[in-house]
Amino acid sequence: MIGVEHYVVVSSILFVLGVLGIFINRKNIIVILMAIELILLAVNINFVAFSAFLQDLTGQIFAMFVLTVAAGETSVGLAILVIYFRGRGTIAVDDVNRMKG
Amino acid sequence: MDWSHSLRLIAPEETLSIAGLILLLIAAWGGDKASRLISILAVAALVGASFLVAPALCQGAMGPDYAAFFGQVHADAFSSFAKILIYLSAASALVVAPAFLNRLGAMRPEFPVLIVFAALGSGMMVSAGDLLALYIGLEMNSLAAYVLASFARTDDRSAEAGLKYFVLGALASGILLFGMSLTYGFTGTTAFSGIDASLAGGLSTGALFGIVFILAGLAFKISAVPFHMWTPDVYEGAPTPVTKFFATSGKVAAIGLTMRVMLGAFGDQVDAWRQIIVFVALASIVVGALGAIGQKNIKRLMAYSSINNVGFILIGLAAANVQGASAMLFYLVLYIAMTVAGFAAMLMLKDENGNQVEEIAKFSGLSRTRPGLALALAIVMFSLAGIPPLFGFWGKFLVFKAAVDADMMALAFLGFAASVIGAFYYLKIVKVIYFDEPADAVKGENDIWHKAILVVTCVFISPLGYLASGWLQGLTDTAATALFQAL
Repeated sequence: MIGVEHYVVVSSILFVLGVLGIFINRKNIIVILMAIELILLAVNINFVAFSAFLQDLTGQIFAMFVLTVAAGETSVGLAILVIYFRGRGTIAVDDVNRMKG
Repeated sequence: MDWSHSLRLIAPEETLSIAGLILLLIAAWGGDKASRLISILAVAALVGASFLVAPALCQGAMGPDYAAFFGQVHADAFSSFAKILIYLSAASALVVAPAFLNRLGAMRPEFPVLIVFAALGSGMMVSAGDLLALYIGLEMNSLAAYVLASFARTDDRSAEAGLKYFVLGALASGILLFGMSLTYGFTGTTAFSGIDASLAGGLSTGALFGIVFILAGLAFKISAVPFHMWTPDVYEGAPTPVTKFFATSGKVAAIGLTMRVMLGAFGDQVDAWRQIIVFVALASIVVGALGAIGQKNIKRLMAYSSINNVGFILIGLAAANVQGASAMLFYLVLYIAMTVAGFAAMLMLKDENGNQVEEIAKFSGLSRTRPGLALALAIVMFSLAGIPPLFGFWGKFLVFKAAVDADMMALAFLGFAASVIGAFYYLKIVKVIYFDEPADAVKGENDIWHKAILVVTCVFISPLGYLASGWLQGLTDTAATALFQAL
């Protein structure tokens, strides 16, 4: 029998993978955008699983909101990435270092 | 509970969202020529919205009568107080922006619209009564803020600031959301009142994890240690009026939200989160002060100063009572006034070509070439350092007093000792301005609006400000009481 704890474990693993994807990744910023998506989807699994087990609709509504906002967030992120690339000609994470200290 | 009552309570939000949409249409048809008109209308909308929220504060609105849409939004005295600060500081950022952006050729009609939407989101954050309303407000503010940070698109630093702000802001939202999902799962509700009631029986491990994740996400937003890394880069890279907006409006919204969540939803679980807040507060004070010492750029220095000040504000949160909340709000008002004055002065420091002078070494001997500006900067720096005759001292005194009255002598003492480190770099700027050989780097004229904002805020943080302290104390007490009555 699959209980709510299994869902929480899966979502926690996805969440940790997403966070690690942001910090360990040394290649390019698109990967960071994907990692952010992974975090938000982990959260959605949590919301929907809890919603089903609690017999309460709020969690599913919340998941819809998260999905919508995630789409907006990614588009803003990609737009910023485009102007960054225009100025610098690279999207490697290691090159994001104009400011330090 | 009827819809017309709810719609009346959220009148300021309606005003701002409709104003924002109309301005967007004007921008679409009018093009770049219309940006001046749109700026003026946006300032009018923000000031108008702050008039709309003022009555709730003056009447001391509190309790369930002022909860709109089944408790999603609380239009009480606390949110009114925070919203007035947010709207007015957003308007002041908008007033100083055109001169700066025109020089970079980056003034677009979207700029005032984005500021209006960001202020609208900030207002929703401080009046949230439910995790869902909280999330929508937060994202509304953040999405506009990411774009604003990278608004000077031709400037490398601005694009990089926007990118860093976006990545770390999205990570913070993710962490916050994960905490919210756990809280929802282990309490069965997303309403603050429901969470509070459900946790009254005892705190499960899952809910504790929820609190910790939410606290981590919020610490990102208020730029508290250990989640402060983005602040210096974003403050330095973003266009100066935008930095001013982040440091004032954004800060009020994030701190107001933190107070709502911690004292509202998790108000009965103080023992679970107090030690975290104590650690975060002290670490922010020390890291902010030490980090600022080596800085050469004034905007970076202001970033560390904001980390430092957030630490002092959080001391009031650790007290977790009406007195502490009232002290936080009082400190917040003073901090906003000092920051607005500081950035207004910073925007007036220009070289002969009209470019901004951001390097502290170039301010040397400013007192001989620009005595008025030098005096204003000195007032701001002394006030930020909390040197007694200036008003900034009173905010620090109130948070320390709240900590002492809540039997946290050690916290108050450590905070007090650490504030001495902070005085060092503020006084260093005063030394550069008054006692170094003139570098004669600052020239150029400024318009009347910069001067007006600078004079008004400097008078407020000067010893004359104490004349208003009784009135302000009354308002912060009302707002803090309303916060505890909200559920």
